[in-house]
Amino acid sequence: MTKLTPVLSAFWDQKDSFTIEGYKRNGGYKAIEKALSMAPDDVIQTVKDSGLRGRGGAGFPTGMKWGFIPQGDNKEHYFVVNADESEPGTCKDMPMLLANPHVLVEGIIIGSYAIRANHAFIYIRGEVTHIIRRVQQAIEDAYKAGYLGKNILGKGFDLELVLHVGAGAYICGEETALLDSLEGFRGQPRLRPPFPAIAGLYARPTVVNNVESVASVPAIINNGVEWFSSMGTEKSKGFTLYSLSGHVKNPGQFEAPLGITLRELIGLAGGMRNGNTLKFWTPGGSSTPLFTAEHLDTPLDYEGVAAAGSMLGTKALQIFDETVCVVRAVLRWTEFYKHESCGKCTPCREGTWWLVQILKDLESGKGEAADLDKLLDLCDNIAGRSFCALADGAASPIISSLKYFREEYMEHLRNGGCPFDPTKSTLFATAEAGAR
Amino acid sequence: MPLTDADNVVMDSIINRYPRSRSAIMPLLHFAQSKDGYVTPESIEVIAKKLNLETAEVSAVATFYTQYKRKPVGEYHVGVCTNTLCAVMGGDAIFAALKDHLGIENDEVTADGKVSVEHIECNAACDYAPVVMANWEFYDNQTVQSAKDLVDAMRQGNPPAPTRGPNKLPTWKENSAVLAGLSDGRANEGVQAGEPTLLGLKIAKEGGK
Repeated sequence: MTKLTPVLSAFWDQKDSFTIEGYKRNGGYKAIEKALSMAPDDVIQTVKDSGLRGRGGAGFPTGMKWGFIPQGDNKEHYFVVNADESEPGTCKDMPMLLANPHVLVEGIIIGSYAIRANHAFIYIRGEVTHIIRRVQQAIEDAYKAGYLGKNILGKGFDLELVLHVGAGAYICGEETALLDSLEGFRGQPRLRPPFPAIAGLYARPTVVNNVESVASVPAIINNGVEWFSSMGTEKSKGFTLYSLSGHVKNPGQFEAPLGITLRELIGLAGGMRNGNTLKFWTPGGSSTPLFTAEHLDTPLDYEGVAAAGSMLGTKALQIFDETVCVVRAVLRWTEFYKHESCGKCTPCREGTWWLVQILKDLESGKGEAADLDKLLDLCDNIAGRSFCALADGAASPIISSLKYFREEYMEHLRNGGCPFDPTKSTLFATAEAGAR
Repeated sequence: MPLTDADNVVMDSIINRYPRSRSAIMPLLHFAQSKDGYVTPESIEVIAKKLNLETAEVSAVATFYTQYKRKPVGEYHVGVCTNTLCAVMGGDAIFAALKDHLGIENDEVTADGKVSVEHIECNAACDYAPVVMANWEFYDNQTVQSAKDLVDAMRQGNPPAPTRGPNKLPTWKENSAVLAGLSDGRANEGVQAGEPTLLGLKIAKEGGK
């Protein structure tokens, strides 16, 4: 059996895990002592050597991103954390910050020191009030302890850390939209290049990293490159949080080495609910093409998932059993992309609107067979034709569901409507079945 | 938003968090909602003046983000996740039942001003589906009945505590102040994690390593 490797989650079961006392009792804020005694370039090299890759979806090597920041340029540098976790199915960063916000703060101090930034920001989504309280408290306590502010640990390094609260916009999880939002504008993606490493926040060199990526750094500094890279697979090193939701018996968070399979994870989650059958799933949020039961043994690392035609994304494994109508699921995701399209690029703004209209007709049995190809044609005109990846994400569930479930779309047409009973998919249906 | 001296001090402190003042628009809009419950035309003017911007520039931001409301919401604003996973797990049924139970539609408020409902997108709690948010606090693993009981208790002024949140559900205005970055001293209340968050750790400790 593949080993679980609780590192980030190692002491989440302690009642005060989120406090500075709890974090320090479990070895917290030791890594900054070590890191701030190293040369900044050596910190970057350590993170590069570890093989840590971005945990927010794209999988870009974290150390390389840090290395892109020009040094000796006499400009302010900024370190920005993307805590705008909003990709449907993704639920790893928010529980982490509820249980232990200090590990993020410590990672930020190390990252800012490495790229020589004296100002850092956490951009957190606005719909999670209690998590915002916890992160704000952690920042205040870190200031009081001398881990933030002037001359940290007497090492001559200064850092200001500001929590910035969003206000409900999925698009702000896209790093350049996030920066526009942080600058006080509507959150709309920028055309790249220039990349944020050259012209990011306030047009200054900026690193934007996902919460989990930054939170993984203190453990790497503490335990070393060999320890980290001994976990995972050849090109996907280390541990990560896999989030199982939906029709498994026990949904939850599982911290494991990269490369674990869904079959193993479903086993850990107690199997499918009521012994039902796996129908389809997302490997990393709704923007990653759907998988089916034929992918149960696909290694869940960056290469393995890509080779099978999807993306590891945020490792948000949304599990759907045979009671779920794939057309309904895809329509709902498409409505989400339409709602969250920022409106900047025409293919995405107009295209997602048309996708919803066609899918609605198909779901209610009013469509026609030619609509299926029309959907694919529209997707072809949306994906890759906009500034950011939201458009690509909108096309993913449609293209992949037509690949695996074209016949189910056709059945809606023949049936004159949806052949599924939505009540059978609910959690309450499980409870009733369990009570019998 | 008629400004008191104290409000001015708070707004200045928010602006001073940032290297450039314009970055303060979002927390200032949250702060405006903590005063009035929604973003009024007067708040737009106040914020524009504070930041030396045109009102159109502030409006452009206020209208982009769904958490900024342009009309009053309830003292308790209830969001039901109807993104795919929660919808399938029961969110659709819960949302339909709440609208019927309260006699209001999406984005409407009950006549007593106590409760408003809105269908929301994924709130990063999928392992607790179906999820209901109230004033952006988590109510995990809801059923049609538990959601109805929740809004009934809200109308009686005595809602139960969130599943993962403070010991008592704050009002919409109180929580808007937290979103503006103003501490309410309640960070230490409530659990550190729910059961699904701890499941992998528990299995690892039991030897499933």
